[in-house]
Amino acid sequence: MKIDQISVFLENKSGRLAKVTRVLGEAGINIRALSLADTTDFGILRLIVNDSQKAREVLKENGFTVGKTEVVAVEVEDKPGGLASILGILSDHDINVEYMYAFVEQSGENAIIICRFDETDKAIDVLQKNNIAILKGEKLYQF
Amino acid sequence: MIWDKEFETLPREALEALKLKRLQDLVKRVYATVPFYKKAFDKRGVKPEDIKSVDDLKRLPFTTKQDLRDNYPYGLFAVPLEGVVRIHASSGTTGKPTVVGYTRKDIETWAELMARALSAAGVTKSDIIHNSYGYGLFTGGLGLHYGAERLGASVIPMSGGNSKKQIMIMEDFGSTILTSTPSYALSLAETADEMGVDFKKLKLKAGLFGAEPWSEGMREEIEKKLNLSAMDLYGLSEIIGPGVSVECMETKNGLHIFEDHFIPEVINPKTCEPLPYGERGELVFTTLTKEAFPLIRYRTRDISVLNPELCMCGRTFVRMERVSGRSDDMLIIRGVNVFPSQIESILMNIEGIEPHYLLIVDRKGTMDTLEVQVEVNERVFSDEIKNLQILGKRIEKDIKDFLGVSTIVKLVEPKTIQRSEGKAQRVIDKRNI
Repeated sequence: MKIDQISVFLENKSGRLAKVTRVLGEAGINIRALSLADTTDFGILRLIVNDSQKAREVLKENGFTVGKTEVVAVEVEDKPGGLASILGILSDHDINVEYMYAFVEQSGENAIIICRFDETDKAIDVLQKNNIAILKGEKLYQF
Repeated sequence: MIWDKEFETLPREALEALKLKRLQDLVKRVYATVPFYKKAFDKRGVKPEDIKSVDDLKRLPFTTKQDLRDNYPYGLFAVPLEGVVRIHASSGTTGKPTVVGYTRKDIETWAELMARALSAAGVTKSDIIHNSYGYGLFTGGLGLHYGAERLGASVIPMSGGNSKKQIMIMEDFGSTILTSTPSYALSLAETADEMGVDFKKLKLKAGLFGAEPWSEGMREEIEKKLNLSAMDLYGLSEIIGPGVSVECMETKNGLHIFEDHFIPEVINPKTCEPLPYGERGELVFTTLTKEAFPLIRYRTRDISVLNPELCMCGRTFVRMERVSGRSDDMLIIRGVNVFPSQIESILMNIEGIEPHYLLIVDRKGTMDTLEVQVEVNERVFSDEIKNLQILGKRIEKDIKDFLGVSTIVKLVEPKTIQRSEGKAQRVIDKRNI
């Protein structure tokens, strides 16, 4: 139920993001989803890729600091109010979203929301009980 | 292990008598042979025969780095060049280097002192010494080398640099002792890590590290990463090179100064007043036995404290605390005195922080700013911005609490702070530009 997300520490200077994507590209790794959070001095790039183990290895070899976190991919109907209903359920159960980012499925019918929760297991439990679709890793990596 | 039992464990009274005799000989000698000293003594109205006790040393003038520069290159030599068999020079980061010379006997003395230092660290003739101190004008490489040969150990003259090859040789040659600057030792640890070499599988058991100030936290880091016991070795080229003082393996608590060859003093660097034992100040050395380049009351700029308590290792020499900084690399940030080594100690107390850091001093308007660059490794990294910001704030708060100075912590990518192969560059001061 959990998805592997890798995160990369980047200093705010030109060319760093380009370097990450080049390294991944040369290793034949496909980026499924990404989000970049930044401050004045540094940024954190979060990525879902088709082979997170290999991605970590090649990035480390190239001198990057890389972390691994488990996140949850929630499927939401791509229509007004779709996300609101899910966040409402989570809020009712006192679950915090640390951050999230979204992309639209290739079919175009559903949006995929990548969520980092403060309590991942509890969040999965609540979402399942409320019949909300959670994407399995294999499916997401393979799209 | 004590190399020279007779002198290293001399009862204090006999040691004082020996120091006095050697001091009197020295003063007579430099007065007669070095015009600089004759002039300086005459100016103070001191004659060699006025030295009746070791305490009378206080009547003699200080010698400074500037005096060495003014007499560049050979002006302070006490023997003609025919008697000099070796010339070294200190790393002159600003202007001309300072030049030092050795007679054949000086080289002998130096080798003896380094053999003492190595023995104190537990080195024996069956050891393989991997010497990564730089060979050349710098005294580190050759100083260690001669001491190792005197002791009878096998010495590998690696010098600094080419880290991958160093690790390979350590592995293949079965090095048991590492000698280098502390910052280069850590750089070697990183290289080994990249190569997938585990120090636990190497034969290294001890190391002597020196030539730059380092903290207790850095010692722990070196001992953990390189899986060896790390001893502090002190010296400076002006006095003789490495082998002025060393920690013993028994206590690792202060460095035994080879007092039968060097008289230490600690002074207040501002007023030049000698300070009693136990008070922190600038180290001053007088070389008792050196022939080619004797020095009277040389101001080292190194900050330390002298401790006369007898050590359980049996050496009777006074001990100096590890050098906590240099009076000339002391930074004054908005009126607060800060030594890079103090910041290093604070960083080393934070779990996961690498011992590589860079201080950038600048001035915005009339305000000094101090930026502390710290590398983000996997142990401190988080996918959440707030956690990294908490880390930055924590470091800023710790520095503020301990040193009373506000800093800006900048988190940088791993290995972007330059690794040294010799002495580490820790400070960039942009205020003078």
